[in-house]
Amino acid sequence: MAEVVLETRGISKAFGALKASQDISLDLRKGEIHAIIGPNGAGKSTLIAQICGTLQPDAGAVLLEGQDVTGWPARARATAGLGRTFQISQLAMEDSVRENVLLGALGARGTPWSFWKSAKADAALTERAEAALERVKLMEQADVKTAELSHGQRRQLEVAVALTLQPKAFVMDEPMAGMGAGGSKRLTGFLDELRAEAPILLVEHDMDAVFALADRISVLVYGQIIATGTVDEIRGDPQVQAAYLGEEA
Amino acid sequence: MSSVLLAEQVLNGLQLGVMLFLTAAGLTLIFGVMGLINLAHGSLYMIGAFAAAAVAGATGSFLLALAGALAAAALAGAIIEMAVIRRLYNADHLDQVLATFALILIFSEGTRWVFGSFPLFLDTPDALSGPMSLPGGIEYPKYRLALIGVGLAVAVGLWLLIEKTRLGIQIRAGENDREMIAALGVDIRKLYTLVFALGAALAGLAGALVGAIQSVQVGMGEPVLILAFVVIVIGGIGSIKGAFVGALLVGLTDTLGGIFLPELFKLFMEPSSATSLGSSLASMAIYILMSLVLIWRPTGLFGARP
Amino acid sequence: MIPERLLNALILLGLIAVPAWALWADEPFTITLATRAVILALAAVGLNIALGIGGLVSLGHATFFGIGGYAMGILAFHAQSYTALEIGPLTLEGTKSMPVIWAVAVVFSALAAWGIGLLSLRTSGVYFIMITLAFGQMFFYFAISWSTYGGEDGLSIYLRNGFPGLNTLDPIQFFGLCFAILCAVLFAKARLMASPFGLALNAARQVPGRVEAVGLNPQRLKLVAFILSGAITGLAGALFADLNRFVSPTMFSWQFSGEIMILVILGGVARLFGPVMGAVAFVMLEHWLGGLTEFWHIALGAILLGIVLFARGGLIGILTGKGAAHG
Repeated sequence: MAEVVLETRGISKAFGALKASQDISLDLRKGEIHAIIGPNGAGKSTLIAQICGTLQPDAGAVLLEGQDVTGWPARARATAGLGRTFQISQLAMEDSVRENVLLGALGARGTPWSFWKSAKADAALTERAEAALERVKLMEQADVKTAELSHGQRRQLEVAVALTLQPKAFVMDEPMAGMGAGGSKRLTGFLDELRAEAPILLVEHDMDAVFALADRISVLVYGQIIATGTVDEIRGDPQVQAAYLGEEA
Repeated sequence: MSSVLLAEQVLNGLQLGVMLFLTAAGLTLIFGVMGLINLAHGSLYMIGAFAAAAVAGATGSFLLALAGALAAAALAGAIIEMAVIRRLYNADHLDQVLATFALILIFSEGTRWVFGSFPLFLDTPDALSGPMSLPGGIEYPKYRLALIGVGLAVAVGLWLLIEKTRLGIQIRAGENDREMIAALGVDIRKLYTLVFALGAALAGLAGALVGAIQSVQVGMGEPVLILAFVVIVIGGIGSIKGAFVGALLVGLTDTLGGIFLPELFKLFMEPSSATSLGSSLASMAIYILMSLVLIWRPTGLFGARP
Repeated sequence: MIPERLLNALILLGLIAVPAWALWADEPFTITLATRAVILALAAVGLNIALGIGGLVSLGHATFFGIGGYAMGILAFHAQSYTALEIGPLTLEGTKSMPVIWAVAVVFSALAAWGIGLLSLRTSGVYFIMITLAFGQMFFYFAISWSTYGGEDGLSIYLRNGFPGLNTLDPIQFFGLCFAILCAVLFAKARLMASPFGLALNAARQVPGRVEAVGLNPQRLKLVAFILSGAITGLAGALFADLNRFVSPTMFSWQFSGEIMILVILGGVARLFGPVMGAVAFVMLEHWLGGLTEFWHIALGAILLGIVLFARGGLIGILTGKGAAHG
């Protein structure tokens, strides 16, 4: 079995009476895409927030490369090698596309405490930033103001910022959300290649993409993982069909 | 220090506290319902005081003066809400600060233009002049006792209004969910104007009541405004209960600090430097109190947790 | 419509040309007005690092202005009265040297900004506005009750402090000194805005969550911005005190905090030259409208309202035809 890169061990989170996460244990192994699917309100966003460190679990642990990172703030997890994309694009809309990836490159460098030299004239930063833009095919838009990008291009830029970090594991929260068919397809192809660099924990509503990409799928319903398995296993699981796929079909 | 003096200072603190509450209640209500930070709230306090002084000068009646203060402040509030404030509800805080700062400039200079730079005086009504004997040999001005009474009565009235009336239900709904009250068929624009005018009227009432023990002059609103800010920050912005608790805390801290801190420092310092250090610290005491509260609870005592 | 670079150059040129004309026409008062505009601009450039780039709506920047002012007042007071300055076990002498005074002003306002920022940044939004306001009031009341240095009446300094090689009593030379400082600070700020720090701070204002997600600490970025901002406004305070040869608690007043903010918004938020444009316009309005009517604040208020409600880009936005504040 391939090496585990990212792991949750029995994490639970409740908001008052609402149990958003109940004893969730899952892992992400080298080279794979592990998709998490589930109906709306199943607790996917809460789970992602606990993995990325914007929310602390009430119980359980999050491990990155075997190291317990529970209790670490989000920025420390990012530095340790967790690269995430947001469900709703978190981009500096007033800045150019290039500036957004430069921020990622700066994060990868680890210190923003340089007050004099121009960021755009910093060869190491620009190289890293532009490499990421090249990979998501946004180089032509590098000097466009981010607010002027199409929705699909913003989703690509989200991924590009995570790429600049060259993380050990990706956590992607609905990267295809709101994308057209063409865009989804291209991004699917890209993620397919990306998994060789670093495994991807993928939360996604686009079932075509999930079935095309995922090595394993976990199904989250009412804060609990009801099944984990390969695409075929999940498709054939009667419990899953009842709880989730049945509704969609 | 005698217990009589202590009791008097506590009463002074209460009196300052309830008057602060009248000003702070409107401020916190306006923030809670409309999400607006209104620096011009102190101007409404000033308008109340000037209106009262003008009406009292013309009619000689203190009650008419109070009615005039309420009406003038509510009217001014309604007018600025419709002309300016309404455009700021969806603006960021910086815009709100600047626009309401601009209103202060306009109101202050406008008032100076109309009434001149000399302070006006508003006499306390005859029935309430002179001291009253309280148990324990305390002699305390009747008027100030009346202020405490009025302040507490308004606090109770406001509580009843918010908890028990239809308007109160709408206000509380407005704090939680603007769309919901629109869905309930409430005319949200009218509700906002009404809430703003209500807050303005309370500030105007406070201005008129305090105007009778201080002079009525341009610029009287700003120190009160800042104290009211301290009050609502301590209490938690948007919370009427917080405003009440915060107002009493600030009133008592400010009054008692001025008396006790110099005394406290005299215990281990020479009297002259104890007095000067004590009074310096006393003038900063409420701000220190506020910092401590915010370090402990960044959204105030009764503020919503983020 | 004027290109922004050209407009910036015109503003600087105007700031040189007017005092030069005044020198030729022997109008020293106009030079003093220009100096006032330059110093206020410096204070506002400082504020705008926190406000424009960092998004920190500080209503307490008079604190730093006042600390700078009192740094000058206290040092010069001890120098002119030949008394020693005792701080605990330390005994220091006062000074009439501007560079020393500036260094003290910068260090102390930076320290104050560090302390205030550390506490205030625990909060956000309206709480941040109000807590910075409250800290300003704290210093204001402290200055009023600090009888050693004049309390409510403030301190008068009889002679302007000196700068090596210059006669600072000559209005045009003092103007030149202040103008040079403003230019240097503007240059440094332009570098700062393009630097990695500026880039990260700019992002921390817009999307703090993203900054966290790439491994940086947005709060610390904002704190550093607040410190830099306070230090520059403090330096402006020291110069302002030297211009008037007077310091008083009004330098700490919250109205002054509001005024510095007005300068920024009048010119245009987040524009390098916004505060400069704002300060020039403010001093001109103050002079001309103030000469016409003592109630000129009514007009100032109306102009400010108009800009907030209808022209968010400020004067620079209007003149360059770019509406929004953040370009």
